Amino acid sequence: MSDLLDTFLNWDYIAEVLPDLLGTGLANTLILAGCSAVLGTALGLGLALMGLSHRRWLRWPARVYTDVFRGLPAIVTILLVGQGLAVVARPLVGTNPYPLGILALSLIASAYVGEIFRSGIQSVDKGQSEAARALGMTHTATMAKVIVPQGVRRVLPALVNQFIALVKDSSLVYFLGLLASQRELFRIGQDVAANTGNLSPLVAAGLVYLAITVPLTHLVNFVDRRLREGRPVRGGDTLAELEPARG
Amino acid sequence: MPSSSLRVADLHLSFGTLEVLRGVDLEVPRGSTTCVIGPSGSGKSTLLRAINQLDRPASGDVLLDGVSVIGTDPNRLRRRIGMVFQHFNLFAHRTVLDNLVLPLRSVLGLSKEEARERALRHLTDVGLADKAPYRPSALSGGQRQRVAIARALAMGPELMLFDEATSALDPELVKGVLGLMTDLSAGGMTMVVVTHEMGFARSVADQVAFMDQGRVVAAGPPAAVFDSPTSPRLRSFLSQVL
Repeated sequence: MSDLLDTFLNWDYIAEVLPDLLGTGLANTLILAGCSAVLGTALGLGLALMGLSHRRWLRWPARVYTDVFRGLPAIVTILLVGQGLAVVARPLVGTNPYPLGILALSLIASAYVGEIFRSGIQSVDKGQSEAARALGMTHTATMAKVIVPQGVRRVLPALVNQFIALVKDSSLVYFLGLLASQRELFRIGQDVAANTGNLSPLVAAGLVYLAITVPLTHLVNFVDRRLREGRPVRGGDTLAELEPARG
Repeated sequence: MPSSSLRVADLHLSFGTLEVLRGVDLEVPRGSTTCVIGPSGSGKSTLLRAINQLDRPASGDVLLDGVSVIGTDPNRLRRRIGMVFQHFNLFAHRTVLDNLVLPLRSVLGLSKEEARERALRHLTDVGLADKAPYRPSALSGGQRQRVAIARALAMGPELMLFDEATSALDPELVKGVLGLMTDLSAGGMTMVVVTHEMGFARSVADQVAFMDQGRVVAAGPPAAVFDSPTSPRLRSFLSQVL
């Protein structure tokens, strides 16, 4: 029993790995996940709009893209992009695996985010776009000002779930080979675990992941509740001088 | 306000193989109100949607002030025609004020200040200026419909279309909306009103048009249509609703 405890919770090893985890790994994981989230969300919105287009030549590529990147294991995409494009990317980014790792993670995330956005946009009541069109708004203005804002708001919880997946998947860039300063949480935990033959460093890395993902999970619940119960009216741009009245 | 006359001539519209409008003729003089009545599925709502091209007619003509608008850019046409829906269709993510400001800025290109000022003026007209900073979800159905009417009127339309504007309202809220429509009619707006409110049609309409199976079967002054209906189909419809 004490052997088992020592395997997972050896405090000496945890203390040894913790400075690196918090000093290097946390920042790198957040950079990977954060950049991929931003890029993946932007790509995903584009994909969703393409997928909803009336034009077949826009819809079709979005469909194929989504099928491919949702259907491949993340590690396959990361290796194909990270290693396959390395030669092309070297003049631009040198040997740093981060740009291509972020690109690969973004491509994967955008396929899921695109489907999330698409379902959100499709769930907006048809009357909303009819009213906008009846007022003379163009299709583009209707999408940008009326439909997309409501669709996106509705899927924010699902979107945060996708960001959680991204935090976890960022560990896979490990396979692209990382310099000491480029190591993210998993790699740091894994290195020390391999050196010591003890899993406690990985447990420590796992705890840091949880420190990121658990608050995000609760953010989902908060956002979800807020969306369902409505939020207080803010002093929006056209309302600066009016009393925000609803709580 | 500079309202227009409307003429609909032999209008046809189909959804796939379903013929919804089968040659509609309707004449609405400038500044007058026409109420369209008829059984469900008779094409009343589709007629309105064909007039502002939310649904595209297959053939026939729509004329505003004697000029055909069938070939014109729908976005330009819709600036001239206000529409009020059964389910209000206020923009749920925007405040009441922003519901008016958004199209004023996006469609008419008004500045933020101009749009705000005009929006508040029209909200005041419908007695809801104090609701400006609320979201539509905080309003009653009647209030929402009055906001929707204000939103359409703020665009300065020449013609107003009402698609069963009170059908989704609780009975006690119907009166306020009908009152607003009555004032609008008296103010000289050209209006086409699809309605089940026979009392409103009788007292406010200049003309009542009865539609059945995609055609206007009978049309005339309310007294003639309601009190001495000649069409057997109209007679049987009236016997069910009156």
